[in-house]
Amino acid sequence: MLRAGPGSVQEFLTQLAVFVVAAFLGYELISRVPNLLHTPLMSATNAIHGVILVGGMITLSIDAGAPLKIIGFVAVFFGALNVVGGFWVTNRMLGMFRPPVHRVKRRKEG
Amino acid sequence: MQAATFLAYLAAAALFIVGIRRLRRPETARSGNTVAAVGMTVALIATLFYIEFQGLILIAIATALGAVVGAVSAQRVQMTAMPQMVAAYNGVGGGAAALIALSEFYHLQMQGDENLVATITVPLTVLIGSVSFAGSVIAFLKLQEIAFTGSVVFPGQQIVNTVLFIGILALGLNAIVDGAIIPFLPPVASVTAVLVASLVLGVLVVIPIGGADMPIVISLLNAFTGLAAAASGFVLQNYILIIGGTIVGASGTILTRLMSSALGRPLRKIIFAGITASGGGKGGDEEERPVNDVSAEAVGEYLKDESDKVIIVPGYGLAVAQAQGVMRELVDALEDEGKEVLFGIHPVAGRMPGHMNVLLTEAGVPYDKLYDLEDINPEFDDADAAIIVGANDVVNPAADDPELDTPISGMPILEVQNAERVIFIKRSLSPGFAGVDNPLFYDTDKTMMLFSDAKQGLQEVVEAVKSS
Repeated sequence: MLRAGPGSVQEFLTQLAVFVVAAFLGYELISRVPNLLHTPLMSATNAIHGVILVGGMITLSIDAGAPLKIIGFVAVFFGALNVVGGFWVTNRMLGMFRPPVHRVKRRKEG
Repeated sequence: MQAATFLAYLAAAALFIVGIRRLRRPETARSGNTVAAVGMTVALIATLFYIEFQGLILIAIATALGAVVGAVSAQRVQMTAMPQMVAAYNGVGGGAAALIALSEFYHLQMQGDENLVATITVPLTVLIGSVSFAGSVIAFLKLQEIAFTGSVVFPGQQIVNTVLFIGILALGLNAIVDGAIIPFLPPVASVTAVLVASLVLGVLVVIPIGGADMPIVISLLNAFTGLAAAASGFVLQNYILIIGGTIVGASGTILTRLMSSALGRPLRKIIFAGITASGGGKGGDEEERPVNDVSAEAVGEYLKDESDKVIIVPGYGLAVAQAQGVMRELVDALEDEGKEVLFGIHPVAGRMPGHMNVLLTEAGVPYDKLYDLEDINPEFDDADAAIIVGANDVVNPAADDPELDTPISGMPILEVQNAERVIFIKRSLSPGFAGVDNPLFYDTDKTMMLFSDAKQGLQEVVEAVKSS
């Protein structure tokens, strides 16, 4: 009943290794980011976890009856919303960060 | 997994990493976001080939709907509402992960597939994803001030949460061992029960957390959704989900820890205590203490005639009053007079980490004027004026006083008291979120209190600077 499928253990160990390395990588990537960029950073990583859309697509591609189709459809909808909304709003936000050279007024009239 | 898919996923992962790296500096941040978006596109296209375009029509419709809702919401949202928006995207991501795991479990059961790894990680994914979804919904409702504002507590909350969590573990285990623990509950029903119970748990965990701690909750939920995506990667044996999700999970955890240390209290205390405005009742009945109540003209005059270096400390009150634009005008007016103007921004100013920076850059303040706490504190020593607009807790020296035990004790503060004069633009003497009185208010030699709405007060000060 609880038997691992062929190759599963090997595969799992590889996945586990990838998981551990990615965790350390994430840790290193974010250390020492200025507060200035915390919101855009959070918003961008927020968009990256929209990668769950990949899972939604795989789920929805499986032909397994109406209930699962509905679940898969909702998952893809959620995932796409997460990806597009996340990257879009981050881009909008970072568009407002003006570099020091542009400190002369150029928006408002005065 | 075919070699081509694997390589494409590897490329996508590399683009995510390069993108995040570029997000660490303001000059390259925007391109970093684009690089990560390209990585996402690569991953999605590779997935289409991987699934051999099965179910393409439904995928296209669902993706288009989600993309439209995402784009419209992202384009329309006010920058003051960014925390809610992030909470919403968190929620849908977590919800998607939970649904995917549930669906995959059902599918595995139908096929009689005995994939141990997938079977074990399904309840885990459903748990994390559902907590993230429900918690985000509550966070959204709180931030949007639709419901559950403030701290919602009931007796025995901790016990209920603990029992619920143990119940979820039991249900999950029951699903893993094919219903051997709870005989009348088959595995699929068990996993569905995990989903429902986890939704309830997500609600219960977030409702007691008050407004001041919301930045941390948002950050934590972001990390949670990343973890949910990573866990779903184990369910589906998919590397890009593992890599992408784990990077977000890990980086979100770091950001959360940075935040909670900036607030000066451990994460555990926020999650399990739900601290909110406490001790707020003590303000009213105290004896009246004199304050140095001044006019906008007096402030303008002081700034113009007796200051060379001015440091502004903005708080969320500034954003509530929509006064960022007027703030920018004040900066311009002072700079026209040849003054040096800097901003000191506390890590928890605003409602998510770094929120105040975004609000000020939106108003057109160049980001090189925005200083973090540790960089600005030495600057107060030779500043002629510190102007505090719509903030209190983050400049309250009471936080530094070892003899006081307040909700903000231990929180690093902006040391405005070291400036020559301290100018508060504030509606009243009422304390901030934390409900702790600020001794600076009553230092009549040093402090000027301009009692006004942030926008109106700033407007009058701008006029005074320009005309006097």
